[in-house]
Formats: sequence, structure tokens, C-alpha cells
Amino acid sequence: MAPEEICQILKSKFGEAIVAADVGGGHPCAQVASERWLDIALFLREDSRMRFNLLRSITALDLLADEKLACVYDLMRVSTERPTELITETCEFAVRIETDRSAPSIPSVASVWATADWHEREAFDLMGIDFPGHPELRRILCPDDWVGHPLRKDYEFPLEYHGIPATTEFELTNPRH
Amino acid sequence: MSWIENRFEEGLIVTSLDWAINWGRSSSIWPMTFGLACCAIEMMAVGASRFDIDRFGAGAFRASPRQSDLMIVAGTVTYKMASRLKRLYNQMAEPKYVMAMGACTVGGGPYFKHGYHVVKGVDLVVPVDVYIPGCPPRPEALLEGLMRLQDKIRSQTRKKSLMTKAKEAVLN
Repeated sequence: MAPEEICQILKSKFGEAIVAADVGGGHPCAQVASERWLDIALFLREDSRMRFNLLRSITALDLLADEKLACVYDLMRVSTERPTELITETCEFAVRIETDRSAPSIPSVASVWATADWHEREAFDLMGIDFPGHPELRRILCPDDWVGHPLRKDYEFPLEYHGIPATTEFELTNPRH
Repeated sequence: MSWIENRFEEGLIVTSLDWAINWGRSSSIWPMTFGLACCAIEMMAVGASRFDIDRFGAGAFRASPRQSDLMIVAGTVTYKMASRLKRLYNQMAEPKYVMAMGACTVGGGPYFKHGYHVVKGVDLVVPVDVYIPGCPPRPEALLEGLMRLQDKIRSQTRKKSLMTKAKEAVLN
């Protein structure tokens, strides 16, 4: 199914919740409102025209200039009828959700795609996005007592961690990526 | 001790005991099976037949720190790993030696400036005896580092090992 059709179906079903659509480029994508995200996710997985049964990745973005954080969910349809054969008909689609930077929160879809569990933990760990509804939202890469969310653009590097000095030479402790 | 005085040349017995012990220690360094990143692949190559670290008596990679003499810190040490690394070091029995293998362990390497999570040199966590630069070092470089460590062990005296002071400084 073409990405335009997917967007059309989503718009007729969810209306205002589909904020924007970008289907022209190589990464067809629909921006949706975070309030309806769980419903849209379930629709994308369960509807017979959609059947996006695989969440491939979650990308978290820091839009510092717009004071926003965003998540891009890459979805894929994989044939499950004949799993041993080469996949001949796949379909890919992406969903983008923007959230406020000061209190970032996006509903968890770990109940829809199990992949989202660890990916959302990673987005929480490195970007500080809250995922209400997640079964166990805690850090996955950094130590539990780590301060801050390292991949944010305004992240300040620690000066020491458990007695180990973290910066040894440069005085500027706030390098921008 | 008067009966032994003037029988031999001065210092002969003590030096010989040192020599024998150091010969034993330097000829059977047992490293710990412990790799953190890509440097560990080179360390495995050193353990395999082409480079063959067994020629130096250091091929018995032990699976427990309590049976190991040498910790080859092969790879990037993160802050999360640093506490584990220090615990492993403390579990090793004396005499124990540490080799910092690769740029990351020598001084943070490519993560020195923008690696928020990387220890800027493993010598900030445990005392290091031999530094081996490279990213990753060639297997020959690791063997050279091993030989330098053997030199260091051979120059030890029983009274006070070379590393004791540094170790005490770190552990206190």
C-alpha cells in the first residue's frame, strides 16, 4: 500500500489527530497528536489494511530551537504467512510525535509492540522522555544514579562520577554537540 | 646472623631468592578473561596460535579474578563499568598487575572530549603497570607490553614490590 493511502485512511479515521503528513520523500511519515497515539498504534497494528506488525526502531530527536522533543516510530509490515520464504511484499511507514521539551511525555506503546519496551527505556534514559503506561520505565544504558539525560543538546557533562574525575583538561564543561 | 657473615659475597642470598621468585612470577603470568570492547578481539588474537601468548607463559586465561595475576583492561571503560572493574581488581590476589590496552584505557581515547560516559584513563580507577597505546594495538604491541611487564617483575625485590606504593595510594 502506498504511503499516501495510509495517510488517507488514518485521516479519515482519526481526523484532527493526524497533524501533518510527509509522504513525498524516502521516509514517508505522519505526524500525530500524542493524546491519540495509543489508539492510532493499535489501529496500525490491527486493521486489516495496515497490519504493521513490526516496530523497527524508535528515534528520539531533540529540537532545541523549537523547544520540543520528538519520537519517530519506524513501522514495518512483515509477512507472517510464509515466514521461511523471502519477504516479497513489505511496507514501511513512520509516525512522528512531538512533545513539549519542558515536560516531555508520550504514551507508551510497549503493550502494542514489545520492541517498544527497551526502545522507550533508551529514549527515556538518553533524552528524558516520559512514557506513561510503560511497564518498567528506568534507565537502560546509564547507571541508575546518573544525573541528566546525555543526548539532550543542552546536557552538561558531569565533573566527576563516584570519585572518578570526568574531565581532565578542558575547562569548558558544557560542550555542545 | 654472625655465622653467615663474610661467608659469601655481600647480598648474594637475597638477590638469588629475588631472582628465583621473580623468574617464577614473570614466567607464569595468568591473565584474567576480561574484555570490554574491540581491543579484546586483538587480545583474543594474541591468545590464539598465530601470535601465541603461551610462549611467554601467559596463555592461561583464567575465568576468575582470584586465580589471575594480570588484568588486561582491553577496551573502553565506562563509568558504569568502572565500579565492576575496581571490584575485580580488588578480588585479585597479590601480586597483581594491570595492563592498560588501547587508547581508551590509556586516556579516554576518541571519547576524551565528547564521551560523557567514558573514564578518561583507567589509571583513574586502578593503578596501571604498563600502558599499550594503539586503537586497537597490534598483537605484537600487546606482546611487547607483556615483555615490558616481565621486565618490571624481574626488577622487583621481595621487601617492597615496585607497585606497592602506587597500590596503597589508590586503595587508601
